[in-house]
Order: sequence, then C-alpha cells, then structure tokens
Amino acid sequence: MTVAAVPSRVRRPRRERDGDDTGVSARQWFTPWLLIAPGGLWLLIFFILPLFSLGRLSLEDGGLSNYSTVISDNSTVIIRTFVYATISTVAAIVIGYPLAYVIATKGGKYKNFLLALVILPFFVTYLVRTLSWKILLFDGGPVVAILQSLGILNDNQSILGSPFAVVSALTYNFLPFMVLPIYVSLEKMDRRLLDAAADLYSSPARAFRKITLRLSLPGLFAGTLLTFIPAAGDFVNSELLGSDRTVMIGQIIEKNFGKEFFRPELSALSFMLMAMILVGVIVYARLLGTEEIA
Amino acid sequence: MTSPTAVGLSAPVIEIDHVVKRFGDFVAVDDANFSIGQGEFFSMLGPSGCGKTTTLRMIAGFEQPTSGAIRLDGIDVSKIPPNKRDVNTVFQQYALFPHMNVFDNVSFGPQAQNVDKATIKKRVSEILEIVRLTEFASRRPAQLSGGQQQRVALARALVNLPKALLLDEPLGALDLKLRHAMQFELKRIQREVGITFVYVTHDQEEALTMSDRIAVMSDGRVEQIGTPAEIYDNPATVFVAGFIGQANLWSATCTDRSATLATVSALGGSMLSGSCVADSVRAGAPVTLMVRPERISISVNPPSGDMQSVNATVTDLSFQGPVVRLALSAPDGSPIIANIDPDADLPLLRPGHNVWASWAPTAACVLPDAPDQPRTLDDIVDEG
Repeated sequence: MTVAAVPSRVRRPRRERDGDDTGVSARQWFTPWLLIAPGGLWLLIFFILPLFSLGRLSLEDGGLSNYSTVISDNSTVIIRTFVYATISTVAAIVIGYPLAYVIATKGGKYKNFLLALVILPFFVTYLVRTLSWKILLFDGGPVVAILQSLGILNDNQSILGSPFAVVSALTYNFLPFMVLPIYVSLEKMDRRLLDAAADLYSSPARAFRKITLRLSLPGLFAGTLLTFIPAAGDFVNSELLGSDRTVMIGQIIEKNFGKEFFRPELSALSFMLMAMILVGVIVYARLLGTEEIA
Repeated sequence: MTSPTAVGLSAPVIEIDHVVKRFGDFVAVDDANFSIGQGEFFSMLGPSGCGKTTTLRMIAGFEQPTSGAIRLDGIDVSKIPPNKRDVNTVFQQYALFPHMNVFDNVSFGPQAQNVDKATIKKRVSEILEIVRLTEFASRRPAQLSGGQQQRVALARALVNLPKALLLDEPLGALDLKLRHAMQFELKRIQREVGITFVYVTHDQEEALTMSDRIAVMSDGRVEQIGTPAEIYDNPATVFVAGFIGQANLWSATCTDRSATLATVSALGGSMLSGSCVADSVRAGAPVTLMVRPERISISVNPPSGDMQSVNATVTDLSFQGPVVRLALSAPDGSPIIANIDPDADLPLLRPGHNVWASWAPTAACVLPDAPDQPRTLDDIVDEG
C-alpha cells in the first residue's frame, strides 16, 4: 500500500500535497491491517500460541527422542490411521464425484434441493449421527442380517468393531465436505467447452478427462483436504464403532490427554500427526499439479 | 425466389436436404433445402430466432434434424455425433479451454485424432502463422485480447483442415472497429486455406461484405438465397428487402403483369412499374413496391425520358456524412426516403418544397404481400 501511494504523491503538484495528504496515505496504509486484525489476533491467541507451547512441550524431557519413541511405540496405529484416512478419502471421491457431477450438470431446478439433501446429515450432531450407525450395524441389526443371509458374512462374524465399520463411517461423515467443493467447481464450468471438445473429435470420455476433470481439480483438491485432514485426526468413529483392532492416533491422544495432562510424548504425537498431514498435502498438491490448483 | 439448388456448383460440400427441426411444438427450421459449394463463403443471415444457429448446430452435429438429411461430401451424416464429423466450429463466445495455452488449445483436435507429435507441431505453427499469433503460443486465453482469442478459436478449428468451417456469430463479442478489421482478416484467411466457410450472423453488413452467397432466414424459413448483389438489388420478399439495407416499401395494387415486369398503382394513384419474379403477383393482387433510397433522384422539374416519377413534398432533411437523407411525403401521404449526394445540383431544399422523386424502372421491385409485413419505413429502418 505504501508503494501504491508513492506515484500519486509524485504526480500531484507540490501545493496540493499539504494538508490531508499524509492522513489519506496513512489511512490507506492502515485499512487492510485493521481489517485483518480481528482474525489475526484470534489466530495468534487461540492457535499460534497454544501450538507453540505444545511444540515446546513436545521437546521437554527427552528432546527430539520423544518423537522417535512415540513413532516406534505407535507405528501400527500411525500406519492404520493413514490407511483408514486414505481409504475413506478415496471412497468419498468415488462416491462424491459422480454425485456432485450429476447435481451440477443434470440437477436443473432441483439443484438446491439435492444439495440440501447432501448437507442434511449436518443438521444432526456428529456424535448422534455416528451413534445411530451402531443401531444400523449391531450384530442383530438389519445390515448384518442381510449380509449373513446373502452369505457374505458368516453367522459368527459381525460388522461392529471391524475396520470396515470405521472406514465406512468416516467416509459417510466427511462425504459432504467432498461433494460441495467438487460441485462448486463443476457448476461454474462453461458447458460449451464440452461442445467444443466434441467438435474437435473428442469422445465423451476424452472430453471428460481433458476438460471436466481438469477444471474440477481445484474442487477435488479442496474436497480431499477437507476429508483427509479431519479423517486422519478423528477419534469418534473408531471409538464408537471400532474395537482394539481399529485404534487411531486421535483416540490415543484423546484418551491419554484425559488422564495425564501435558505429557511431552503426547505433544510429540500430536505434532507428528500434524507434520505428516502437512507432508501428505504437499505431496498431493505436487501430484495434481500446483498450477491447476492455484 | 432463387432456385435452392445453387447455381453453378460443381461439387457441393454440404447438402441440406429438406431439413426440418422441431423443439416440441416450435418449428425452429422449416424445410431448409440448399447446398453449399466447395470453397464457398456462405452466410446464413437473419434476426435472432430465425433458425440460422439451429441449422449450423445441425451441420456440426449438436442437434439432429427432425426430418430430412444433412450430407457432407455426399454422405448422410444426420445421425453421426459431432466428434465423428469432419467439420469444425468457431463458437460464439469462442469456448477456448481456459486451462490450456494457445498451443494446447490449437493442438487439441489433431491430438484427439492421434496425429503424430511432429506433424502436430508443424501444423499448429503453420496455422498460428496464418492467424498471426505465433508469438502467443504459450499464453493462456485469459492473457489474450478479444480479437486474439477469436483468432485462437479460428486456428483451433482450421488446424484440422475440416471439409467446412462453421462460424457462429464469431465477431459478435468484438467492438465495431475490430469487427471491421476481422471481416477482412476472415476473408483473407479463407482465401489462404481454401476451406468452405459457413457463417452465421444477424449483421447484414457483415454478410454483404464477406459472403459469396447469403441465405436470408426468417421464422425458420429460408426466404432467399443469392449473391449479396442479387439479394440487395432483387429481394424476393418484403422481409428480405427490409432486412438487408434500407428500403422504401409502399403498399400497392397490381394492375398488369408480364413475365418479368409488373405495373402497380401506388403512392396515390401513380402508375409505376418494377421488376417482378414472384408467381403469386397477378393483376388485382395487393403487393409492395420497393425502391432503395439511394436509387431515388430528386429534381425540381419533372424528369424526362424513361424515369418513374412521383410528385412529393419535402418533410425533413438530415446530413449524414456521405449522403443527405431526405424525407418526402407522396400525394397520398406515404413517406419516401431518398439518400442524395450532398454535391447534387439542387437549390436549397426546405421542408414544404415541392419536388419530383424519380428512379429507373429497373430500380423498383414488385414484391408479393406477406400477411404480417411491416408497413412503415421506420419499422424497417430501425432494424437496419
């Protein structure tokens, strides 16, 4: 802003530069800072500072060795967490992309209604939504009964407590976060581009690959972040629908923070989760091509 | 009406064979029947909703005719999807791929046809040369001006060397000056590549400037097909006369009809004659007499010789640069518009002056009346 103010000062005759001029440029300089101040302060106090102290805590007692301890102690859980988060994100793409595509391209006057249906689960609390899956999946429940009668499950097998239950519920809970950004990017795409692609000898499949998919990458990227990050940090789904076999990082942090507050290893585990998500996001952005996402 | 199977066409590239297109109850194209020749610059001209774009979309393959056939090089393509037709389109708003640079946009078609890389590179740079965009190959569409985007759209279609290039109001988004420049540019490019152009426009000046032949359309029907001069000088219908250029259109009654001439009573009982080709014009029939404003001469004394003339009163004068526009009133009150040379040898005219308006018999056309034809000149001039 100060840079922008310079040419106008140079252009103006000397006489007019007196008086209010400094006030105007000061205001010009000040306004953007004033606008970001509330949000900035909020983030500083409630995000940066706690994060900083958590980071410092993670290095107390053992220093960096806290991290190696935490990783070797929990390697199975860490790998399981990322596998679950990845599978549920991929599943959300597989289910969510066609859904968003159909709503955006064929929804017509029902677009808003269909979008409302996608968001409908949010009107019910996360906890209640997940708890209701227990009723759906318990051993005498309808899903198990159907699967057993079809011979997919043995009589002594159950779904509740299985990785399948946890991953399915993760997918279900974060699906709207995948659908909405993809929908937005498909909605704003100019449909005539597909006419142009067909005119230029492209089959519908090639037109989808070269045009539709490419132009929806920003939405796909945003949807992936909004699904993968909360899924990787989640502790509710596995707690309610899983078992000892499905423990995720979030559960370990949540459980132990409850008992022994402020332990360096737990801080290290939290930080490591954050770092791994960050690395995963960067790798993913690279794979998709940063230019397309910007 | 000019014969629909075009005159002097050796090998038609596109044949529109009695094509009808309905959307529900609405007839968008009503029995279109004409051919477009190899290397021709053919325009479809008409107001919005006349069926010109629908016809173009049927040639491209985006719509299928309800009945009739569309043939490309003699082969019926009516049921073939657009990606398997050897024609390419320049879209109204260009529809350039925003995530690709100019080179990738232009090479999109050849790549879909699996042309090898070296050939693609050669052909794309050749075509970029022709549309003068060589140095912009790595830019994205958003980084180009409207005129440059237009030329990318042209290059993207032409690089495929289609049997015909279909252009849907391609200059509509450009400002007037650029539009004039691009008209010449399009003609030059068409001459250079020698490909048939099928051009859709509502701008009569654009169609007259560029076309070899024009199909004038109205309400889904082809009103007339002919060269710009034929259509301008000998319009087949009142609609065509009114839509192309300016025209004086006077209600008249036919009194006598020969093979190519008709005599009518008009403008308060004057017996006037004009060329006539319509079969429906017979003695006693209500007709419209058409004379272009620039074909009318003004004199103070009655003209001698073979001229048709009407005594009229000056009502208004306006200077319009190259011409003076003179509004006159015929004895029956009908308006007469004459565009005259500012250097014409005339005394200073003022409203109220009595003069003679005259024109050669060949300048007048007798047209059959359409039921819903516009009645006053202003109706028509406003559209022009």
